[in-house]
Amino acid sequence: MSEAGSAQLVEDGSRLSIRGDWTLEHVARLATLCANLRGRIAADSRIDARAIGRIDTAGASFLLDLAGADLARIDVDRASTRKLIAAVSRAENAPPAKRRRKDRGFIAILANVGQALGDIWNDAIALVGFIGLILAAFARSALDPRRWRVTSTVAHIEQTGLNALPIVALLCFLVGAVVAFLGATVLKDFGASIYTVELVGYSFLREFGVLLTAIMVAGRSGSAFTAQIGSMKAREEVDAIRTLGLQPVDVLVMPRVLALLVSMPILTLIGMLAGIIGGAAVCVITLDVSPLMFITRLHETTGVRHFWVGMSKAPVFAFLIAAIGCLEGFKVSGSAESVGMHTTSSVVQSIFVVILIDALAAIFFMEINL
Amino acid sequence: MSAEEPIIRIRGLRNQFGDFVVHENLDLDVRRGEIIGVVGGSGSGKSVLMRAIIGLGKPAAGSILLFGEEVATMSDARRASVEQRCGVLFQNGALFSSLTVAENVGVALTEHHDLDAEIVHRLALLKIALAGLPLDAADKFPSQLSGGMVKRAALARSLALDPEILFLDEPTAGLDPIGAAAFDQLILTLRDSLGLTVFLITHDLDTLYTICDRVAVLAKKRILVADTLDVVEQVDEPWIQEYFQGPRGRAARRATQTHSTPLPAGP
Repeated sequence: MSEAGSAQLVEDGSRLSIRGDWTLEHVARLATLCANLRGRIAADSRIDARAIGRIDTAGASFLLDLAGADLARIDVDRASTRKLIAAVSRAENAPPAKRRRKDRGFIAILANVGQALGDIWNDAIALVGFIGLILAAFARSALDPRRWRVTSTVAHIEQTGLNALPIVALLCFLVGAVVAFLGATVLKDFGASIYTVELVGYSFLREFGVLLTAIMVAGRSGSAFTAQIGSMKAREEVDAIRTLGLQPVDVLVMPRVLALLVSMPILTLIGMLAGIIGGAAVCVITLDVSPLMFITRLHETTGVRHFWVGMSKAPVFAFLIAAIGCLEGFKVSGSAESVGMHTTSSVVQSIFVVILIDALAAIFFMEINL
Repeated sequence: MSAEEPIIRIRGLRNQFGDFVVHENLDLDVRRGEIIGVVGGSGSGKSVLMRAIIGLGKPAAGSILLFGEEVATMSDARRASVEQRCGVLFQNGALFSSLTVAENVGVALTEHHDLDAEIVHRLALLKIALAGLPLDAADKFPSQLSGGMVKRAALARSLALDPEILFLDEPTAGLDPIGAAAFDQLILTLRDSLGLTVFLITHDLDTLYTICDRVAVLAKKRILVADTLDVVEQVDEPWIQEYFQGPRGRAARRATQTHSTPLPAGP
């Protein structure tokens, strides 16, 4: 489409004669050309554009630049070209806007730090408030079966529970095998490699089963909650729910929270089993412990209380992950970028909170000798 | 390509989704420099037709020549250069929500031409002004704009590369009558001054009567008729009669007859 391709500007006295194509393709050259000529043209010189090739809005803009935005100084033959230049001239005469400048100094850094600290505090307050809102909604709908959203809840159980089973099981199996390998290697030096069984059993029942599951669920389902609610928020669907006389918390949040409360314990159980099976597999292969012996020893040495310690954390984590995921979704504003930002934030916050609570719980359970 | 040859030539087009046939044996020519209005009932496949022409949807059969080239068999490089000659305004604007209006307009300029940020910004402001937006909208994000401003911002973006054809999908839908009339005049001005060809999908009868040189009626899976409004109105076909002779159609025609002279059929 580019035939000629240059814009020449010949200066003879008080006339500028314009040639060539004044189009977007050549705009960089035109800009330099105009910058060079600007100081040297007399204020009343004619711009002779009768021999001009093709021209578009970008070219017209620079042509007007040469003419000092004075339409009358440009001579053209073709009516279409005249119309084009006139249209561009009208557009350029629009009142200019003030450009806001961003402050990038030291003060701005301090302001950002302050802003970030304030945001953390506000996030924490918002989360506590949101948890209160969810609990209130629980209380409202618990006694009223018509408000239970069974279909939606079951659909979310399928997505967050059933569909997550394979990946959670595989992940725990692999980590179980790694823990057993470590145990077998280190404990062999003390002639105590049979204690690998306890190592795998304790760690998966008390900590790893629920922790790995929680991290997986936060990454998989918490982020999905944020993205789903966030894009609904961005498209004003959440507002639509409100105008239909429904509570977004009832419609969007409750089914998700309930679904995770059901899914997480089941996933945790599967995770514990898969981890122990992974550990058992390594024991069988490297320690010459038969599967039966592994089970017997596990049964003799590991009390069921360890299972309950691990399991008791599952609903707590489930509730927090769902609450953070949904809350971040509601924080989304208009843009697609904002959906992405809050999804990231949802995953980071959930995993942080899960590990923090897990650490506190470990200290607590140790202190009460469980 | 001679000036007489149509800028878009569609022959025997068929579009279908699964078993559902949207278009069957559809023919349409669009002439250089005209404003053609495409009308049809909801779900008659107006947007599908537009998407097929700009290569966003692959037709099941038939041929679409855009600037004399077959759209379906075009190489990627050719397609990229042809796409730069087409400006598209999507129904909901489709502005990039994470960029400001000026950045939205500047994207294509930055991507396709090696330009300084300063020149890009200057040209972006020019397009924004051409589209009739106040310049202080340039630094706003799409979520901060009203419906009418979104349409204008989207128009500014579609004009970014100085296209030869402008595809407009319901540009005046959702605008107030004053805004819609201003938008109509804007398109007319841009066509006259920039020499654009405009492919306009619309439900707005006022738009049809005030700015369209020709009207193509999409019904029964094909283009029933594509001609000037005087001819189209007289076609003996129930849907067309109902469309143009209904209360809204009559009102729109009365308005144009009393307020303005008929437009010439193409430059």
